[in-house]
This record gives sequence, C-alpha cells and structure tokens, in this order.
Amino acid sequence: MTLEISIRDLHFSYPVLSGVEGPPLASDGEPIPVLKGIDLEVERGEFVSIMGPTGVGKTTLCLALNGIVPQSTGGTIRGEVVVAGLNTRQHPVPKLASQVGIVFQDPESQFFNMAVEDEVAFGPESLGLDPREIRERVDWALKAVGMNPHRHRSPFQLSGGEKQRVAIASILAMTPRILVLDEPTSGLDPIGKAEVFRVVRELKKREQMTIVMVEQESEKIAEFSDRVVILRDGKIALLDTPDRVFAQVELMHEIGLAVPQVSELAYLFNTRHNTSYTFTCLEDAYQALVSRITVYESRITVHESEVAYGR
Amino acid sequence: MAGEPCIVVQDLWYSYGGEVTALQGIDLEIEDGDYVAVIGQNGSGKTTLVKHFNGLLKPTRGRVLVRGLSDREGSPLLRDTADLTAGQLAQTVGYVFQNPDHQIFCATTRQELAFGPRNLDLPEAEVKRRVEEALARFDLEEVADKPPAVLGYGLRRKIGVAAVYAMRPRIFILDEPTTGLDWRSTMELMELIGEMHCHGHTIILVTHDMKLVAEFSQKSLVLRDGQVLVYDDTRNVFEHSEILRDTQIEPPQITALAKRMVPYGMPGDVLSVEEFYTAYCGLGER
Repeated sequence: MTLEISIRDLHFSYPVLSGVEGPPLASDGEPIPVLKGIDLEVERGEFVSIMGPTGVGKTTLCLALNGIVPQSTGGTIRGEVVVAGLNTRQHPVPKLASQVGIVFQDPESQFFNMAVEDEVAFGPESLGLDPREIRERVDWALKAVGMNPHRHRSPFQLSGGEKQRVAIASILAMTPRILVLDEPTSGLDPIGKAEVFRVVRELKKREQMTIVMVEQESEKIAEFSDRVVILRDGKIALLDTPDRVFAQVELMHEIGLAVPQVSELAYLFNTRHNTSYTFTCLEDAYQALVSRITVYESRITVHESEVAYGR
Repeated sequence: MAGEPCIVVQDLWYSYGGEVTALQGIDLEIEDGDYVAVIGQNGSGKTTLVKHFNGLLKPTRGRVLVRGLSDREGSPLLRDTADLTAGQLAQTVGYVFQNPDHQIFCATTRQELAFGPRNLDLPEAEVKRRVEEALARFDLEEVADKPPAVLGYGLRRKIGVAAVYAMRPRIFILDEPTTGLDWRSTMELMELIGEMHCHGHTIILVTHDMKLVAEFSQKSLVLRDGQVLVYDDTRNVFEHSEILRDTQIEPPQITALAKRMVPYGMPGDVLSVEEFYTAYCGLGER
C-alpha cells in the first residue's frame, strides 16, 4: 500500500491584511487558527470524506493539499503536508496541482466561453504538452466522466451535473493522482448528485485514484466512502469507517451534523431496547429488522426477545 | 382564511423569450395556511413558477391570482398579478432568495430588517416594533448592529428570512433556503419556518432535500418539464413514489425502508425515523 497523503500536526491561520476583511482575532490580537493540529494519512485508492459544520476549515484543509495554503494565501503554518511524495512547502503550486486536482462547488467559476473539449484541453495546453498527448488526455478525461458525446457543446448549456462532470474532466486532463472535491454536489439536483458520485466512484475503481471529498449528505457518504473525517473546531473529532462514525449519533448531533436516517433508527432501538444495531445503509436495517419478523398464514409476529436484546 | 385559496394559477404558460417554454399549462390552487413543498429536477420550472406568485415574473399566457393585499385591506379578494406591481405584491407575498447575498445590502442587520417594512410605508414606530420582534424571534439580537456581510453564511441566511418576516407577508416563498447549511443550521431554520406556519402563514418551500419535505411539508407539488406531475398530501406522494420514478426523485431513506417492509406489515407512508420506530414496535401487537 502506498501512502498518498500524509498530514502531520498541521496548524494554520490566515494572515491579517490591512484594508481587507481578515480572519477573526483572538483577545491577544493574533488571528484565531483555522486548523489546530490535523493528523491524517490516506492510502492510494482510498475514498475519504470530510464532514464538518460551516466554517470549521474544510476548504482550508483541501487547499492545504495542493499548496495554495500557505503558498498563495500566506498565513502561519506549522506541521507538514506530503502529497504523492511531495512536501507542499518544498514544491511550487503548479507542480503540486499536477498531482492533486481540486474541484470546487461552483463549476461555472472555472469555465471560459469555449466548447467543452477546449475547456478540458486548457490545462494540458498550458503545460505546453505535445498536441497528440493533449488530444489523448482530453479523450480519456471526457470518456471517464461520460461527457464525450457533449464535447462540442458550450459548458454553459449543460445541466448542473454535466457542468460538474466537465469540471472534473478538466482536472483529470492534468492526470492527478489525487482528486479533491469540495462540496461538488451542493446545489445540484438529485440527478446531478448521482452523476457526480457515480463518476467519482468509477475513478477510484478503474484508475485507483485517491479521493478526498467534502460532503454534507450522510447517506451518500455512507454509501461511497472508505473512511470519514469529522472536523470540529479545527481538529479531527472522528476518523473512522462510516459505520463506526455514524454509530456515534449523539456526538454527531452535538457537533451539529447529520447521520443517515437508518443510523438514527438504530440509535432509537439501541437506547430504548438495549439492542446493539449499527445501520449505515438501507440494506443493513432491512436485513436486521426483517429477521425479527415471522409471517405465518398472514399473521405477523415480531420476536420481542430479539428486538429487546439485539443480534 | 384557512381552507380558502390564496393563490390560484390558471393555465399558466411562461417562456423566457424564444424556444424554451419553462411552464406549460399549470393549474393549481394553494390554500391559505398550507405548507407546500415544490420539488422537481433543475429545469423543471420550480423557481419560474414561484416567481409568478410574487410578480417577479408575469405569465406569457394564463393567469395567477393572489389573495389579499395586506392586513390593512378591507376585503382580501383574489387579484390578478397582472394588475399588480411586484412592490404591491411584496405586501402579501414574501420571497426569500436562494442566495442571501442577492438580497442583503444594508450596513447593519437592524437596517436590513427595517428596509422592507419601511418600504411598505408603515409608521416608524411600527417599523421599529417589527424589527425588534424579528431580531428576537430569529435570535439575531447579538448581531443587530453588525454588518451582515461579515457574518457567517448560516447567519446571513437567517437574516434573509428575518428581513422578509419583518414585512409580515401572508405567504412566504423560500427558494432552497438550506443549500450550503450544515445540519444544525438547517434544523434551526426549519423550526423557525415551522413556527411561522403555526402562526397562520402560508409556506411555499422549494427544495431538493426530500428529508425536509417529508418531515415538514403538508403538501408536495411535483413539477416535471414545466408541468404539474402531482399535487397531493406529502404522505400520499411518497407512499406512491412510483409516480416519482421517472423524475428520479427518491423518497427519504426511512420511507424507502418502510416501503420495502410493507409485506411484513409496515405502513408504506412513513415520513420520519420516529414514525418508523412507532410503526415497527406496533407490528407485534396486531
């Protein structure tokens, strides 16, 4: 197994700039740090989701992965971030960006008014690559996100989910090893959301890409991620598999975050009936709850003892 | 008055000039005091439709009637929005924008909340009273004298709703008010909207979040390609979610679980985790 991302004791605060609205300040006049000691290791091919309340530093953490934090933002940093073997403070952002591609919430912000294929070619062209290499990359990236049939259209004519897939393709054309997505489905309708998740899952499976995704929807996180990072007050409050994280219903609610509805249901049974259910997806819940029921000549019996003591 | 229509839509067509026809023959009655969720994929016409309720858009064909100009009007008759300005309609219909920053522009929260009531030409004492009440209700007293622009996104969202609340419209339209909010802020906002509903306001909520639809709205209006696919009690809409299949709208996870367990005696119209729990525990007793 290869370690693709290694974050050690990362602390960061944004700089105080004159004349611009800056970060909130502590009573001693120093800016309040956004990140306060983050430790995280991600293996190649892992899908890690990041959840946290608004303003907790999720985007800052994403930007620290390709060196924009602190190289472009300035500010005070402590600890180290190594991505694809590169220390983010020893290599320039363009070099890091060729390994770590970031997709943001609003895909339109990165589009010019060109055809889809030109958008996707823009990155590799700016690297001064051979035209044939560029063409190959564009073809591959568009196919990877299922947007090849739309290559001659303007991205502004596309649906929300399609736009986000073009944004992902334009990042893929830079052939990064790590794909970082910062709330890529917020504002998309259910169809668009499903499209984006499907594409990202395929990239993990077929290309062994490492995925880091900031997301709020717990049902989707449970379905797609290998591990979940819960950020609270600039620190990692929980770092574990979805089933272990979403079993912590009280803690999650205290932090201000949602868990899947079936996890809430498990929690209700566990607190009221002394069961020890952990449900993270519909199937878990269905199997466990149905196994307590017998239907005999259209009479339904729930086995009380098993409901009471769990599996 | 509850039970009487407050918005009547008759054969409404709308096209944004040219080939795209965003709404294609909508017929609809929304009753006073209803809590209606408007759902559908992007491009199905949700925002186009609700912008007709407050006169931001006027029909290409057909009519939209809205009841009651304000509390001061003697006879709250249904009136054609074609005869009213957006300013007149703002007394009856409040519209909370999807992006709070499209709506917020004053130097302090207090001024922001005073802007609407003042535009209604209310006496200054009444403006003050309403501002203070909105600050209290939305728990915004601490930030009353701060510029909204420097506050967090969740607070700006709340200010956007409070500013409309201060105008006391009978009808509240909220266009995806929880997008980008975390769970806690979402729940706080939904509680406040629920309180307004309890005080008799009609709520029209545009959202993609089916958990919120299931838990909070009484009725659901499902749009597809500019037409009404179904308009019914939310419970019926999710119970018969096969109607929703080709809109690709999925019921909440807990509803889907209950539906799968119908052969084991579970009701198919469960809308919340608590409802599921109660129904499951009741299974053995039948």
